[in-house]
Amino acid sequence: MSNLRLIARLDVKGSNLIKGVHLEGLRKVGNPQAYAQRYYHDGIDEIIYMDVVASLFGRNHLAEIIEHTAENVFIPITVGGGIRSRDDVKQLLRAGADKVAVNTAAILRPDLITELAEWFGSQCVVLSIEAKQQPNGRWEAYTDNGRERTGFDVVEWAVKGARLGAGEILLTSIDKEGTRKGFDVELVRAVSTAVGIPVIASGGMGEVNHLVDVVTTGHADAVAIADALHFDRLSFEAIRTGARAAGLPLLSH
Amino acid sequence: MPELPDYLYFLTEGFADLNTQKPMITVVDYGAGNILSVTRALEHVGATTIVTGDPKIVEQAEKLLLPGVGAFGRAMDNLSQRDLIEPIRGHAASGRPFLGVCLGMQLMLNGSEEFGGHEGLGLIPGNVVSIPRTTSHGDPHKIPHIGWNTLLQPQPGRWKNTILDGIDKTIGMYFVHSFSAAPTNETDRLADTDYNGQIISAAIQHENLTGLQCHPEKSGSVGLRVLKNFIDQ
Repeated sequence: MSNLRLIARLDVKGSNLIKGVHLEGLRKVGNPQAYAQRYYHDGIDEIIYMDVVASLFGRNHLAEIIEHTAENVFIPITVGGGIRSRDDVKQLLRAGADKVAVNTAAILRPDLITELAEWFGSQCVVLSIEAKQQPNGRWEAYTDNGRERTGFDVVEWAVKGARLGAGEILLTSIDKEGTRKGFDVELVRAVSTAVGIPVIASGGMGEVNHLVDVVTTGHADAVAIADALHFDRLSFEAIRTGARAAGLPLLSH
Repeated sequence: MPELPDYLYFLTEGFADLNTQKPMITVVDYGAGNILSVTRALEHVGATTIVTGDPKIVEQAEKLLLPGVGAFGRAMDNLSQRDLIEPIRGHAASGRPFLGVCLGMQLMLNGSEEFGGHEGLGLIPGNVVSIPRTTSHGDPHKIPHIGWNTLLQPQPGRWKNTILDGIDKTIGMYFVHSFSAAPTNETDRLADTDYNGQIISAAIQHENLTGLQCHPEKSGSVGLRVLKNFIDQ
């Protein structure tokens, strides 16, 4: 088993770090750069910034935030929200991002994934999927933070995205997001065993056992943690110690 | 510094500049992704940087860093269109410190099997090959290899006087790649890494030329230490 990656996910609206429940009901948390900086010093493996309203308004304030963050945070930074074109990606990479996460624009035009992968490399393209379980037990992909249905089956879409050139999948469970009740382990397992690229599980982290479950049973390659860190309910150190005690491979740096 | 008459004061200023002169690193700009991170990291450890695609400046550079992410063929095309291939080879042959990072490291080899095969810069003999699709037990594993992994020293003392001198072997560096270097000469292997039992190249080095598969600018304090070693070379 390769080393588990722990990722701090910072959802951003305008210039503020925010946190929602089920990706709605947004609450302001603070200055995103200050949080990113703190997590970097605590030893987090990566940072994800998501502009949660960007695709609603068709714009994105992230370049500035990343530029400041990249001044003193020397770990990989992924950025998502409202990315539609090669030029959008170029601008974000120039600002200091290492990877971009695409959702809505890829749903509307799946070839965008291939276009970005060919231009910037697959390692740069993260397919962001927002998943909501349906009455039949399958999961459907949503856009705009769980507002819009797409009719896409999550597992099929993940497999297609990987084939089109995505290098990673950021898989957010809308059902679990912000609930602190644990990840949707079945969802993560269904996707992670269907694709040959790494899957980042997001949504639902409340305690260390949740993380252990989603890695051992769900086969997540990486785990995104948001409000558990932002609100100091769990320290990064406690998460790391707990994960190691459960036998998960984690490196220090 | 002795007391000087006012009209000679410019001399002390001149000396002050000399005393605080920082190592200058030239970063090759050929349209490759995130250059800002690597320049920020170099500046953080005390270098000044020039980001340039000017062939003359590249060839004359005191210390050269070739960055890069993405596709091998496209990168070589970009270097070629900007007339940068010969200047980079010229710099490498000069004996001055040269560092390739990630794709920049892969470009240092003779060629790549990526997407049908492409010719590289040919600075260090060898080729770029796919990471094995399975673990050492034959089970499928995830490609790209993304994440933190430790560096293995091929033989004791190999890192002495290289940019990996003094690096803590228990601490990881950040990798993200689907292809890796296969240097022809075992002696050019500077470091390897273990991905699910498959030993893949993490760094190569021959005389003044060093290549890193992992990203020192994205590997926290260890990565910064590696860059510091480079600017002090």
